[in-house]
Amino acid sequence: MNVLNFVNAFFGDSAHWHGYDGIPTRLVEHVRYTLMALGLAAAIGLPAGLLTGHTGRGGNAVAFVATAARALPSFGLLVLIAVVVGIGLLPVMIPLVVLAIPPILVTTYEAVRSVDPAPVDAARGLGMTETGILFRVELPVALPLVLSGLRSAAIQVVSTATIAAYVSLGGLGRYIIDGLYQRDYEKVVGGATLVALMALVTLAVFWAAGRLAVSPGVRRR
Amino acid sequence: MDSVTKRYPDGTVAVDRLSLEIPDRSITVLVGPSGCGKTTTLRMINRMVEPTEGTILLDGADLQQQPVTTLRRSMGYVIQNAGLFQHRTILDNIATVPRMTGWGKHKSRARAAELMERVGLDASLGKRYPYQLSGGQQQRVGVARALAADPPVLLMDEPFSAVDPVVRKGLQDELLRIQDELGKTIVFVTHDIDEAIKLGTMVAVMRTGGRLAQFAPPAELLSDPADAFVEDFLGADRGIRRLSFFPSAALELTRGPVVRADATAEQLAAADGAAHLLVTDADDRPLGWAEPGDLGAGRPADRRLLPYGRPFVPGTDSLRAALDCAVLSPTGWAVAVDSDGRVTGVVSQQTIGEAIRTAHGTAAGTGGSAPAEDAADVTKVAP
Repeated sequence: MNVLNFVNAFFGDSAHWHGYDGIPTRLVEHVRYTLMALGLAAAIGLPAGLLTGHTGRGGNAVAFVATAARALPSFGLLVLIAVVVGIGLLPVMIPLVVLAIPPILVTTYEAVRSVDPAPVDAARGLGMTETGILFRVELPVALPLVLSGLRSAAIQVVSTATIAAYVSLGGLGRYIIDGLYQRDYEKVVGGATLVALMALVTLAVFWAAGRLAVSPGVRRR
Repeated sequence: MDSVTKRYPDGTVAVDRLSLEIPDRSITVLVGPSGCGKTTTLRMINRMVEPTEGTILLDGADLQQQPVTTLRRSMGYVIQNAGLFQHRTILDNIATVPRMTGWGKHKSRARAAELMERVGLDASLGKRYPYQLSGGQQQRVGVARALAADPPVLLMDEPFSAVDPVVRKGLQDELLRIQDELGKTIVFVTHDIDEAIKLGTMVAVMRTGGRLAQFAPPAELLSDPADAFVEDFLGADRGIRRLSFFPSAALELTRGPVVRADATAEQLAAADGAAHLLVTDADDRPLGWAEPGDLGAGRPADRRLLPYGRPFVPGTDSLRAALDCAVLSPTGWAVAVDSDGRVTGVVSQQTIGEAIRTAHGTAAGTGGSAPAEDAADVTKVAP
């Protein structure tokens, strides 16, 4: 039996399509973990990146936070926090948020900092407030890069959210972990395929967001 | 500006005790080599840079008394490369300040469209984005954006430095035309002395170290440079350039050597004695110069003609243009035409030289004018 047979068998089995362990339930759980973690990371990383990028101050702090966060292994953090606070959503969210912050923070900082200084100077000289400059001059131009930071964070969170299953939570990781325990490789491959598909869907979502949100004047077409 | 100084924390002095009275409703140009503090001076007017010492008054009120955004919104600001917002359409770029000051979207756009026309931009460009425009067009948008809220003051920081000379000349002429219509108080920074002389009602020449070297109208700058630095900065041919400020209207034209292509023998005889004859068509438009000997045989229509160079328009063009015509002309005579291009007469280099001497005498206040009999003695201005 090869991988394609596994995939066929997994998706062909009607038992996998309903119930608390069905594909729709697990997908919704997975999407929920991803959105929560991404939302939290964006709530921290975006303002910090915008502010440091606009003022040009705190660049070293951004680099330090990003390097430190990248050095932390998600799985190690999960186990550590689960041991300290017990089983629950918190030990899952912390490693995912820590994983997602560096790409968001660093790209946002770089994106705002690399905006052409001439329009910023012109806006300031015309009497625009600093907040106005950040949101109406810098952010619209920096948006493609900011979105790319969010996108790489989202993809990493989508694939890493599988670890939620280790602490008895749901999500697509359930199939992989259960399958490994039960030596049910059909389940493992099916779960992995779903995670990969979700990553592709995430890419598509960000591509569409870019088309909608980025001005044609910045996209240059 | 009263004794304004800008000193940076590292001790560098960008502007040193500068005092300037900038006249209302005219163009004041700050000019000087790079690092002379001209841009810093400009940026202190809208408080992009805060002076270390001294005060700047606008209509008698200290600039420091106003909130900085209110102050800046009352002053248009134009920079090199325009600094347009690339994510906004041209119309929305121009509508920036009206939108900030709370105008409605509709009213702001209508105002923006009006300004596009004023700066000579086609209305069809309104929906485009900055990257779709040429450098010159972008700079026009920059000027329109600065004028959008109708501010009494316009600050321009080397606005035309990044475009090619032909486009720059167009933009300069356009600025003078707009200024004629609107009468703003414009402070204009440039490193190009020719631009300063062309645009300025008053020109402030600054030297390295942020000091004022001379503050004078351009004609005075050319005739009486305050010191060796200003003289050097003005360049080698300031005498010739100064002629731009002398009108050519007083030049005495002669129609003596002007003949029509279908001239009769009598008419040719009347023009006898001239070294060259200017041949025109039936509409009095110039065709070229001919040797009188060539004309002896009959009608000059088929003769080989010498080019007549570029004609000048007395009254509109300056003595500099007239002299240029004479120097370019192979015969040494400049051709004067009216605004329709019809020949009104010709004038020799000698006559122009005399007019220059007269103009210099008047400008210097001696009142001396060369008597007409001395015309032959006037040093010929060699081509």
